[in-house]
Amino acid sequence: MSGFGFPALIALILIPLVTAVILLILPKENAALIKKVAISGSLVALVYTVFLGIGFASSIDTPVQYFVSYPWIRGFGITFAFGMTGLGLLMVALTAFLTPIVLALTDTSPTNGASARGAFVWLLLAQFCALGVFLARDLFLFYVLFEAMLVPIYFLIGRYGGAKRAQAATKFLIYGLFGGLVMLVALIGLYVSARSQLGFGTFDMDVLSSAIDLSGSTAVWIFLGFALAFAIKAPLIPFHTWLPDSAEQAPVGTSVMLIGVLDKVGTFGMLVVLLPIFPVVSAQFAPLFIVLAVAGIIYAALIAIAQTDMRRLLAYVSISHFGFIVLGIFAFTEIAMTGAIVYMVAHGLATAGMFLILGELIERRGTANVSDFGGVAKVAPRIAGIFLFSGLATLALPGLAGFVGEIMVLIGAYQRYQVAAVIAALGLVLAAVYVLWMYQRVMGGEPTSQVTKFQDLRTSRILVFAPVLIALVMVGVLPQAVIAPVQPEITQLQTSLGVAPAEPLLAGGSE
Amino acid sequence: MMQMPSIDYFALLPVLLIFGFGVVGTLIEAFVAPRYRRVTQIWVSFAALGSALAATIGVAVSGRLGVTAGGTVSIDGPTLFLWGAILVAAFLASLLAAERHVDPSGDAFVGRASTLPGGEEERKVTTLGLLQTEIWPLMLFSITGMMLFVSASNMLMLFVALEVMSLPLYLLVGLARRRRLLSQEASLKYFILGSLASALLLFGIALLFAYSGSLDFAEISISITTQLQTSGLLLVSVVLIAVGMLFKVGAVPFQQWIPDVYQGSPTPITALMAGAVKVAAFGALLRVFYVALGGLRWEWRPIIWLVAILTMVIGSLLALTQNDVKRMLAYSAVANTGFLLVGFAGADQTSVSSMLFYLATYAVATVAAFGLLSLVRGPGGEAAEISAWAGLGRKEPLLAVAFGVLLLTFAGVPFTSGFVAKFAVFTAGAEGGALLLVLIGALASVIAAVFYIRLIVVMFFTEPPREAPVVAIPSAFTAVAIAIGVAASVLLGVIPQPMLELAQQASVFIR
Repeated sequence: MSGFGFPALIALILIPLVTAVILLILPKENAALIKKVAISGSLVALVYTVFLGIGFASSIDTPVQYFVSYPWIRGFGITFAFGMTGLGLLMVALTAFLTPIVLALTDTSPTNGASARGAFVWLLLAQFCALGVFLARDLFLFYVLFEAMLVPIYFLIGRYGGAKRAQAATKFLIYGLFGGLVMLVALIGLYVSARSQLGFGTFDMDVLSSAIDLSGSTAVWIFLGFALAFAIKAPLIPFHTWLPDSAEQAPVGTSVMLIGVLDKVGTFGMLVVLLPIFPVVSAQFAPLFIVLAVAGIIYAALIAIAQTDMRRLLAYVSISHFGFIVLGIFAFTEIAMTGAIVYMVAHGLATAGMFLILGELIERRGTANVSDFGGVAKVAPRIAGIFLFSGLATLALPGLAGFVGEIMVLIGAYQRYQVAAVIAALGLVLAAVYVLWMYQRVMGGEPTSQVTKFQDLRTSRILVFAPVLIALVMVGVLPQAVIAPVQPEITQLQTSLGVAPAEPLLAGGSE
Repeated sequence: MMQMPSIDYFALLPVLLIFGFGVVGTLIEAFVAPRYRRVTQIWVSFAALGSALAATIGVAVSGRLGVTAGGTVSIDGPTLFLWGAILVAAFLASLLAAERHVDPSGDAFVGRASTLPGGEEERKVTTLGLLQTEIWPLMLFSITGMMLFVSASNMLMLFVALEVMSLPLYLLVGLARRRRLLSQEASLKYFILGSLASALLLFGIALLFAYSGSLDFAEISISITTQLQTSGLLLVSVVLIAVGMLFKVGAVPFQQWIPDVYQGSPTPITALMAGAVKVAAFGALLRVFYVALGGLRWEWRPIIWLVAILTMVIGSLLALTQNDVKRMLAYSAVANTGFLLVGFAGADQTSVSSMLFYLATYAVATVAAFGLLSLVRGPGGEAAEISAWAGLGRKEPLLAVAFGVLLLTFAGVPFTSGFVAKFAVFTAGAEGGALLLVLIGALASVIAAVFYIRLIVVMFFTEPPREAPVVAIPSAFTAVAIAIGVAASVLLGVIPQPMLELAQQASVFIR
């Protein structure tokens, strides 16, 4: 069932790359044209993704769709192998959905003396890497794209960011490279183990997860290498400190790509690398992840409340929410894992809504400090409305996207780790505090003198925000659309982890 | 009557061509009018390198491998591959040496080496535009030595080749046009330390002869494997030989000469040393330790482990503290020596092929990097202080992007040849059981990445200084060398398979 009979996925991945190359040919000065071409390219990718989604029909026997594979470095058994799993489809859809919106809200005037063309090119390259990493079926290819992802974001922060952009970009890159190089050692270890067991070297993710036996101390070290890289990327505390700095200095569109899309690779990697390839070791280390996840949920939420810069605040909110995702993954129950995946999508959408509307505020006020605002709701009700809506999605209001994921994770986690689930539930309360308090301080009250000059959101901008808001409602109301594609994978993971499938609670359906 | 050893002139043709053209070069000095000398010398050198490369390919295609010249020279896979790498790197370095447009007063070399630095005579020579054209035959003689060095299968030949390689270099190092005292100091330092290393090597050879009764690699190997007990004499000789060889590759703790000599030398000679000489030194190291001393690998491996760790860590750490781009590249060369030693310490079948690939790709990239460095100029010649490079990305995007690509190659970022090379040597190390070395190598890579990134930050993310250096427009010579280096770094990162295959086919030593 390889779909279209031609390398459909490679074509998809190439769309942003080709668009980026076209942008480089266009004259640097004509930023409006560059923006139009960039958006067109990303819309083509979006439409194409929709078609791929319609043709997607995974089952327990064929969880990977549209599979293509070409030899790349034969000496090491490395291939250009791409295939779409249900989770991959969701992440690709999220990427393809958010990219045009981010591009549409990207400024066309030069920033820090650098032309806007670069920003569009790097954003498209970030999309290219993201699509590639979500579709890679060769672990080496996955690693390469995982590392390559750092470069576009590095330049986006370093060239187009705020006053301390160079430090933030460097910190981002060093953390990323550190994780990546530790993963490289693990990758080499895995390769050597696979080669000694199979007699030939391979990075094929299906072969690695089915044909080789990884247990014992070497496997633990290899597992930890991968786990560290994913924990830094996710980020899980205590490996999170790069994220607030990056978010504070990065342009908001970059933050959306980084936090909304690319950071998902951390939890994505846990689901497609750690659990399938190291089921035994994953089970051994699950409690450690649960502890880190729960600690992260509470700690990051508390820190978020104390933030004065809204970008930092949102970064900590995201760290707290990544904790929920990790909790769901490592609770190992079907409902928690499904919830974690729903949450990955929901978080991407909610983050996009929050950061992008925050971008509107920053554009008007030149700062993201909570105390520099006040009374925005009176002057700019549209901005306030979108802000509130995205905020409510973030704090998991029932009916919006965040709720489904969060509640599924908590229910699923409760089946195995009652204490952890109860503590994590406190995160829900704290979420209400940081979101609503921020809303009250920024939007409520009487407008300050600087705020009174604010213009409300233009109608054209509303059209850009509308898809995000609609998607937040859709995922909240019809979570089945997100759950259905990943069912075969979840079942497969449950089998390989040796966990009894079909917990009774799923029938009760919390959605 | 003395029996003449049989010599396979065809197999030795590449060496004979280089040597023969070198001799022609000395005759040119005697018989060609001064104003035609430079151009004649350049084309003689290019003819030498080109014909030698063609002859090397011819020998490889004919498959006429074997030990010749009375058992002193091995023509085998590694020899031919390394000859190719040396010739290509030397060709690129020669292109840099032929450059005349970058420095307004001539090429990179002093007009008359005999003049006093800063003296009246020196000024006169400069105004007359005299050039020291003897550098060309000197370079050819040094290259002859390099080629014999990697193919020597007899300890005496090894030593002679080492001296043939080094003596012209000692001279060439002292011939810089600018900052002559620094250059002469570098020359003297290199000469003294190099002689010491040669002496230690010779002493080691003598002790090994005392132990085994032979200078021939194959016979030494047999005598080591047949005698059950390892004697102290043997171990001392191995250590002395190791010191002599590790000095040439620039491993810690024998690296002190590298930064001073790299900084003081005329940049084309620095490029020659960082590229071709490094290939030659590692080639000889491989043959001596794998062929002659292969039976002792359990004895020498711990030493190499220690040296590899020290080289990687200290090389990277010291590079961090540098404020001069040329010195930074010198320490980067030290760190890269450490990474190569990881593959070497693996002492596995794949070690040789991975190191061959690494050497070839690194040599080409490093020559291009020094070529780029020579273009950024201040009033006193090259402006190598890192602060002077600020904002180069905005002023000279082409140069900065090219240098950025090379820095990413050295850092081993995916899709560059440096990444594939690093992956290959680390895998070889891991297969040989040196996973700890691989881990330390990965951590050292993070440190190394920091200083490469620092330069990228300076070039792309900072404002140019008030008195920014001028970027010279090079002639086609330098431009071609840089273009080849940058293109190879990207191409061999994306499509490494053919080169890896070649290295794999070439990885078997003939004893």
